[in-house]
Amino acid sequence: MGTRPSVGGMALATRTDRPPSLIRSAWRSTVGKKAVMAATGLVMLAYLVAHMMGNLKVFFGAGEFNHYGHWIRTIGEPFLHREWFLWTARVALSASVVLHGVAAYQLSRRDLAARPAKYAHRPRRKSYATRTMRWGGVILALFVVWHILDLTTLDVNPNAQEGRPYENLVASFDRWYVSAFYIAAMLALGLHIRHGFWSAAQTLGAGSPRRDRALKTVANALAALLTCGFIAVPLGVLTGVVS
Amino acid sequence: MSEYLHYAVGEPLVDAAAPGGPIAERWDRRRFEARLVNPANRRKHTVIVVGTGLAGGAAGATLAEQGYRVVQFCYQDSPRRAHSIAAQGGINAAKNYRNDGDSVHRLFYDTVKGGDFRARESNVHRLAQISVEIIDQCVAQGVPFAREYGGLLDTRSFGGVQVSRTFYARGQTGQQLLLGAYQALSRQIDAGGVEMHTRTEMLDLIVVDGRARGIVARDLVTGRVDTYLADAVVLASGGYGNVFHLSTNAKNSNATAVWRAHRRGAHFANPCFTQIHPTCIPRSGDHQSKLTLMSESLRNDGRIWVPKARGDTRPPAEIPEDERDYYLERIYPAFGNLVPRDIASRAAKNVCDEGRGVGPGGQGVYLDFADAIARMGREAVEARYGNLFEMYERITAEDPYEVPMRIYPAIHYTMGGLWVDYDLQTTVPGLFAIGEANFSDHGANRLGASALMQGLADGYFVLPATINDYLARHPHDEVPHDHPAAAGAVAEVTARLRRLLENDGDRTPESFHRELGELLWDECGMSRTESGLRKALGRIPELREEFWRRIKVPGSGEELNQSLEKANRIVDYLELAELMCLDALHRSESCGGHFREESQTPDGEAARRDEEFAYATAWEFTAPGAAPVLHKEDLRFEYVHPTQRSYA
Amino acid sequence: MNLTLRIWRQRDAAGPGAMTTYEVTGISEDMSFLEMLDHLNEELILAGDDPVAFDHDCREGICGACGMVINGRAHGPERTTTCQLHMRHFRDGETIDVEPWRAAAFPVVKDLVVDRSAFDRVIASGGYVSAPTGSAPEAHATPVPKPVADLAFEHAECIGCGACVAACPNGSAMLFTAAKVVHLNVLPQGAPERASRVLGMVDAMDAQSFGGCTNTGECATACPKGIPLTAISTMNREYLRATVKGGVRRGT
Repeated sequence: MGTRPSVGGMALATRTDRPPSLIRSAWRSTVGKKAVMAATGLVMLAYLVAHMMGNLKVFFGAGEFNHYGHWIRTIGEPFLHREWFLWTARVALSASVVLHGVAAYQLSRRDLAARPAKYAHRPRRKSYATRTMRWGGVILALFVVWHILDLTTLDVNPNAQEGRPYENLVASFDRWYVSAFYIAAMLALGLHIRHGFWSAAQTLGAGSPRRDRALKTVANALAALLTCGFIAVPLGVLTGVVS
Repeated sequence: MSEYLHYAVGEPLVDAAAPGGPIAERWDRRRFEARLVNPANRRKHTVIVVGTGLAGGAAGATLAEQGYRVVQFCYQDSPRRAHSIAAQGGINAAKNYRNDGDSVHRLFYDTVKGGDFRARESNVHRLAQISVEIIDQCVAQGVPFAREYGGLLDTRSFGGVQVSRTFYARGQTGQQLLLGAYQALSRQIDAGGVEMHTRTEMLDLIVVDGRARGIVARDLVTGRVDTYLADAVVLASGGYGNVFHLSTNAKNSNATAVWRAHRRGAHFANPCFTQIHPTCIPRSGDHQSKLTLMSESLRNDGRIWVPKARGDTRPPAEIPEDERDYYLERIYPAFGNLVPRDIASRAAKNVCDEGRGVGPGGQGVYLDFADAIARMGREAVEARYGNLFEMYERITAEDPYEVPMRIYPAIHYTMGGLWVDYDLQTTVPGLFAIGEANFSDHGANRLGASALMQGLADGYFVLPATINDYLARHPHDEVPHDHPAAAGAVAEVTARLRRLLENDGDRTPESFHRELGELLWDECGMSRTESGLRKALGRIPELREEFWRRIKVPGSGEELNQSLEKANRIVDYLELAELMCLDALHRSESCGGHFREESQTPDGEAARRDEEFAYATAWEFTAPGAAPVLHKEDLRFEYVHPTQRSYA
Repeated sequence: MNLTLRIWRQRDAAGPGAMTTYEVTGISEDMSFLEMLDHLNEELILAGDDPVAFDHDCREGICGACGMVINGRAHGPERTTTCQLHMRHFRDGETIDVEPWRAAAFPVVKDLVVDRSAFDRVIASGGYVSAPTGSAPEAHATPVPKPVADLAFEHAECIGCGACVAACPNGSAMLFTAAKVVHLNVLPQGAPERASRVLGMVDAMDAQSFGGCTNTGECATACPKGIPLTAISTMNREYLRATVKGGVRRGT
């Protein structure tokens, strides 16, 4: 209850000051930050769908897969220079990852601070979704780092041949523990998408009683599709279907 | 006790602010004649508002909008929780949207008649005029009233009137109206026009040179007792129904603000006019802490009955039709189950007194929907009353679709309150009382859906117009915080709190409250007799003496101490109860909610005695335990001529 | 019934607190939960102990004053307010844990009493229609379609008890804030301030150390008045709409 000066009829006037910057104030608010998470999450989700479809080409042999890998670098030619599209996509994705991660970190810090004391009587089921999102997100972040070192920069790849993604991939997944880590990460991804897609819809204001069931169905379908699609590759390598 | 009964009759009280002329022009005339405060000067005036219900919330917001500096108080943790929030049914307004013959004059007429000719005509007419503006105001605030498919406001009929003028928001009209006022108030709090003190309770009034200049209030969290000074004080602290211990009031609603004002010079009017609501859920045992109202609308389709034989303990389903007594239909064939509140309540008491009551302790009657379910089908009943049935089942664990409901009357509203003139100013200049805290508009009985109307009329429209006149006429000097009147009031308050805390007793505040409430309910409740009232007047001073001897209050005064709050309120109840009984004893007629067994018609109905009692009583405080002085304000009826009510 | 109660006792805002055990006997199953606590308090007073402080007022489920976490659930096992919860929902001999609302924005005042004034500050930051007394047009000037009026009412039912915040793992006030935003923003009367309202209220909410929303839905499950979870989504939409359209905030 401030003691702001307000004189007579002034209290009646509608006050219409413009804020300095809408983007900045939106980022400062929890709702705006969540919207950034939702939007970047959807960008990454769209990318993952394309990525998974590309991955499945591995089942059609080294030729087709490597050709696909080559094509990615030439998208948009001759209008775009070689790899321009790829780098644009990489920048957009990196920005998404960073924004998503920073927002998640800041919001989580805030959420934990908002509940400093715990209840002595813990209910059986609580914050399942929140916990999966937080820990799942951390696992996925670690996975992405390793994944890039393994198959993009090839720093930790046993084959490490530039321009031979098929061979590199097979070499990597031939190690059972690598495949196991990958599969675990993809399960985390599925759970993350399952809550994240629905949650993003709520955050972006697309939720409504009428659409709720449809949104949950799409979230589950996307989660299942992406998890299965990604896991198919290491399974293929481990079972010798891909070699 | 005998001394208390020997009250003196003082000068008649005249409403000096009341304008003359044709009744429909009086409010305009008063507003024109009232002086105004220059908008630029309003900020220099501070107005204290105690309470944030419909009246207080509306007044605080409106005064701040006008530019006054408002300092407002509520004992709750938020202004949104005032007990207006619990009103269910609706709010009356003479909009005549139904084209069913309603008009300002008809609402005026119905209210004067419903009040059994014990209200002031000018005030009631103003209320009816303003009712129309209230609906406009609330709709503009975003109050989600019930609407029809065409998008226009829906109305329903209520409590024995013949037009459909009650606007409603499902069964939560009070909640929605209060939130509207609370939001308007919040806007002013944010704008700096209102300084809001929550969890702060007024414990005394500061009167300087004969004018109300501030209050003493206690911060309920820290225990700090402070003075707050102003140019005028507005009490919007609600009714005093909790003096009965069990009522439909909120647990912490109390009479301390009005009673302390009374002790500082504000006359108390018609304290014996209390309203008893016929359809409440009966008490289930000694642990009962409050009573819950079931909307009166249930009587539209439910049939009220008790067994014909006394002491019949069979389950209702096993009592055959010809052994049931549908007593309201039998005694009042024309109105049946829809007789007014006071008559329905008394009839229930009578059958229970005959030993024919049902449920625990025989304090209940059946409200049976079996016929309605057979006639309309369960679904139709569910659509109409579903939420009420659910509430009933939650509390009693009985399914009213299968077993008849049990209901019993309970204290619900107090028509009496601080005496105010047409400007809503009490007999202490600068002290105003609005809403249920005053006595002005309902006479001896309030019609359904009129309390919300009155609270908002007072708060939004009447007080903001009339208080201008007082402030304009009395430019005030600043009162220093250490003024002897302020310091004296603080000293009295702290001494009383210390006395409560230091007493080494063996009885809890609750036990005294319960005992006082039971005594009042028995002797000054639904029907009153001279001998009963004399008995109560004998017992109350004893109880008061016992209270101060045996009260035990734990903890200290420098913390949140709910037992101390409670005990301190009971101190005032123990004095107020005595005045209520004295007023009831004095008024040996029956009228409205006040039924004296000595004054009834041959067929047992209330008999008003206009030639002797066509006045409002206004009691002047003299000294603790000493006889008050009675002032009478004569009531003249120029537009509505008194008739005996008949519902047979 | 006889019960064992484990109740959070805390002398004042600064003090430490602890769960303290009490045995109560002779409880009727028709008692409300608060009447059971009244019973305990009467015994504590007579024994010279400090009674348990708890907020309560109307005791008919509408004022929103009462609220405590009973066995880990806001307002206890039934979907209602604590005052409307009856002892018949407990078993004889049961041990019941009673704790205050837990959230950084709701500091404990004493025992089970918390400070919920943060809610008032959220409402004061836009949760109203600016309609000064006397300025209103005729009520029928603007018809409101019944479904819209019903939708507004459904959200206006919020009693401000704080169960949503208490139940939320993040101590978030999104459901409370959203209920008021939806109530006023869907009505034509609320339209002129549609953008400034949601921006102002969300800003105020964030300024009160409430957490953010992670869409767990615990709030709507705990709400005694059944405010729908979709209110939050609608508020998000209103917020983004206001931001994208360059909505004006209320001045500071």
